[in-house]
Amino acid sequence: MARITLENIAHSYRPKPNGLDDYALKPLNHLWEHGGAYALLGPSGCGKTTLLNVISGLVTPSQGRVLFDGNDVTLLPTEKRNIAQVFQFPVIYDTMTVYENLAFPLKNRGVARHEIDRRVREVARMLDLEASLARKAHGLTADAKQKISVGRGLVRVDVNAILFDEPLTVIDPHLKWQLRSQLKQLHHDLDITMVYVTHDQTEALTFADKVIVMFQGEVVQVGVPQELFEHPRHTFVGYFIGSPGMNVVPCTVEDGHAIVAGHRVAVKAAAARTPLQGKLEIGIRPEFIALSGNGAGLPVRIRRVSDLGRYKIADVELRDVPLKVMVSERAVIDGDQARIVFDPLHLHLYADGHIVEEPGFEGAPS
Amino acid sequence: MTLRFEAVGRTVDGNTHIHATSFELQRGSLNVLLGATLSGKTSLIRLMAGQDAPTTGRVHFDGSDVTGAPVRKRNVAVVFQQFVNYPTLNGFENIASPLRAAGVRGEPLRQRVSEVAKLLRIDALLERKPHELSGGQQQRLAIARALVKRAELVLLDEPLANLDYKLREELRAELPKMFSSSGAILVYATTEPLEALALGGDTLALDQGRVVQFAPTTQVYRVPANLRAAQVFSDPPLNLLPARKEGAQFYAAGLTIPAADALADCPDGDYVFGFRPNHLSLAGTPSASVKIDVTVALTEITGSESYIHVDFEGARWIALAHGIHSLARGARLPVYLDPSQLFIFDAAGALASAPRRS
Amino acid sequence: MNLKPVNNKAWWMVLPVVVLVAFSAVIPLMTVVNYSVQDTFGNNVFSWVGTDWYRDLLRSERFHDALGRQFLFSAIVLLIEVPLGIALAVAMPRRGWGVAVCMVTFALPLLIPWNVVGTIWQVFGRVDIGLLGHTLRNFGIDYNYTQDPLAAWFTVIIMDVWHWTSLVVLLCYAGLQAIPEQFYAAARIDGASRWAVFRYIQLPRMRRVLLIAILLRFMDSFMIYTEPFVVTGGGPGNSTTFLSIDLVKQAVGSFDIGPAAAMSIVYFLIILLLSWVFYTVMTSTRERS
Repeated sequence: MARITLENIAHSYRPKPNGLDDYALKPLNHLWEHGGAYALLGPSGCGKTTLLNVISGLVTPSQGRVLFDGNDVTLLPTEKRNIAQVFQFPVIYDTMTVYENLAFPLKNRGVARHEIDRRVREVARMLDLEASLARKAHGLTADAKQKISVGRGLVRVDVNAILFDEPLTVIDPHLKWQLRSQLKQLHHDLDITMVYVTHDQTEALTFADKVIVMFQGEVVQVGVPQELFEHPRHTFVGYFIGSPGMNVVPCTVEDGHAIVAGHRVAVKAAAARTPLQGKLEIGIRPEFIALSGNGAGLPVRIRRVSDLGRYKIADVELRDVPLKVMVSERAVIDGDQARIVFDPLHLHLYADGHIVEEPGFEGAPS
Repeated sequence: MTLRFEAVGRTVDGNTHIHATSFELQRGSLNVLLGATLSGKTSLIRLMAGQDAPTTGRVHFDGSDVTGAPVRKRNVAVVFQQFVNYPTLNGFENIASPLRAAGVRGEPLRQRVSEVAKLLRIDALLERKPHELSGGQQQRLAIARALVKRAELVLLDEPLANLDYKLREELRAELPKMFSSSGAILVYATTEPLEALALGGDTLALDQGRVVQFAPTTQVYRVPANLRAAQVFSDPPLNLLPARKEGAQFYAAGLTIPAADALADCPDGDYVFGFRPNHLSLAGTPSASVKIDVTVALTEITGSESYIHVDFEGARWIALAHGIHSLARGARLPVYLDPSQLFIFDAAGALASAPRRS
Repeated sequence: MNLKPVNNKAWWMVLPVVVLVAFSAVIPLMTVVNYSVQDTFGNNVFSWVGTDWYRDLLRSERFHDALGRQFLFSAIVLLIEVPLGIALAVAMPRRGWGVAVCMVTFALPLLIPWNVVGTIWQVFGRVDIGLLGHTLRNFGIDYNYTQDPLAAWFTVIIMDVWHWTSLVVLLCYAGLQAIPEQFYAAARIDGASRWAVFRYIQLPRMRRVLLIAILLRFMDSFMIYTEPFVVTGGGPGNSTTFLSIDLVKQAVGSFDIGPAAAMSIVYFLIILLLSWVFYTVMTSTRERS
């Protein structure tokens, strides 16, 4: 079992931190359910690798406790924590064959030979490595080496969590798909908690059931991919998730309406009872803006259209406010004048980066 | 000014790194070198820069033969994947180094450096040393150094691969703009098809040391010259289905697809169908008329869309469906193919038919 | 038609070195070859003897003995210095202020002029005023390197180990530093013992550097002259007369130019052969990796 609880965890790499800025990981609490697939998503320097290392024990946090199933493991060394970690660059033992690589963690723990053989063969089957068991690990491709790294984590029967630190970095795009679906399949088959650190939102969203978005040492939002996509609680989440990210433009609020570039736009949240303070912004994803040649909507000027294969991105300007609009593959765009319509369900209002919930919204404000 | 490769090839120790290829790059053009790792991108860049000499063929720069000329003699700037900066010099000196080597001094030097630094938004960081900068800033410094040289040929070897994907998105949009005014020939190597599409320009698709196609990017995407070019340019991987044509029908693993419209022109024989994930739909429509019964292997949700991995007759396909679909593993379900969206490749791999744009 | 980028200026930069090597090595070598095929009675009259000196040399017991002693010495010294060097390199701290302290300490023996090293140990080992000799005597050990061949060997070997192990240490340490931290982290997670980490991570990754260290140590120990000469002078008797000492005795002591020249050439060829063997082993390893 591995219910992992992080209690008031914070970490600073400086021996004497003064102030919150010196903390790579600001105080946080989190509960990782057993068997869940999680992703830690964020730009470099956001603290995700530090958080991963706190869970695995490679880093002892400056404050707080780490609990595995209620047991305090904060000071327990990595090898005693029943976790496995896969790193960015494949780590394999060059002098050993694939079989010996996979058997290594079990040999070190004194497991019986026939048991080792059984486990190694089972894991090799799961990872499609059966054909290469007798080969020297040294000359294999990067993705095979990463599979061996994952395999070394899986052979141990006592492993209840596998942590991945940007494991697909050195893998070719084509093979990334294969490896990712294999990892997901593994997660389905085995009852293991998996935590996956990445800065690539596609990897995070496709792999995880729950994504934890981090920025500058803080957890900004936790949610399922759909939630993060449709209801970003912070402008950073809107910006970081989605390619291209959410359009965030400044606005003002008057009489329950938002004013964007001089146009009135209906936003439910603008009818909030309490007066709004701080920097006000509207956020809407390019996917939720409809572009048409004529008809209803706000007039825009088309600056550029990029053909990205499955869809096109139109860079438009509403007065002088730049927006990106996603247009379907087959759409034909003539000229440089068009009209856009915002999907009201996906138009959000933000104050100082945090979402302003519409009156009557069931979710608790962040 | 143009860069012309004439039957240029390179073989080292019996291994052919680059098969003989000829092409011409125009002034002010943006060229993407697209291919998997070890497909020959870096070898080709080294040949363009003059770091390696070709074993066959000749290289011409603006009409003059530069085949044996060393790198220093050529007007080339290179940006590498690992941010390469002089670690002991600060930002200003780093950018200034090529100018100093060329003999530029004093006020003109300072002006050019600050001009380029402002363009790359690192003008506030010029006092710092490279190790005090973030990854993105270091790479921008390396790009600034390439830019300030005003070289006629700028080579970028996967320059954004070590950056966060968001930073990569932003820099990618800015790069062409930065170099467009200098009129240089820009060559950008990458493994990701999406980057090629985002950059636009022309694409040289590389597969195992061979240039399989050289054409405007959207053309390589929509009308790949052969199967290899189509596969290089697909992310997720292209779905494939072998088929045979007899008379007015195509037969493939129990399916019958009428050879209508453009497909009718193909002679009888063995072919391979290729289709993109977004053309395999979950719902039948008048155009998506071919029904195929598949077994679901996996679903991946990306927020607004779902990648559904399915198995059919031993092959693994990926379908991209709009919206959130959580399908159970092992579920059998019909998917629909639109024959007008098929790429058809003949037995030799050459393109026999591509979807026509309306 | 190889069209390598050609830079003719480079040849001019190499010219001074070529001239230097020609004068200091090539021409003297030719001279020695010349002497090795001739005989003289010391009055500058030379007569051709062809390969006589070579045949005599290769049959001479004295040469065989010296060669045998030389190989034995190199073997012993390598067998001690290499494992010791590796052990010390692995034990050295990887970070912090300890690194600088260790590096300086290890570098010290390498900086001392070789005849000074010899003198240090000559005094150190003396029974009357030397710390080592005196202490061993006090423990009841009959140690006298001027009379006992075993003691002489012991002293010479200990001196070489003291002098040169640092080189192995520093080379291996450099090799170790190149190992990314992740390997150690992964090994910890795999539950690997200290020994397993050494055997499966550190040693394989030090292979190239180790080969360089072994090659250097073998060559240098095979050509050793100054230090043992200063300590024992080749004695007692000829128990520590290594090849180079023997060669000098013949050439300078007996003033037999012909045989000495032949011996020089044979010595040179042996070293050349062994270098080539090592070089082949090293480059084949590089190809494999």
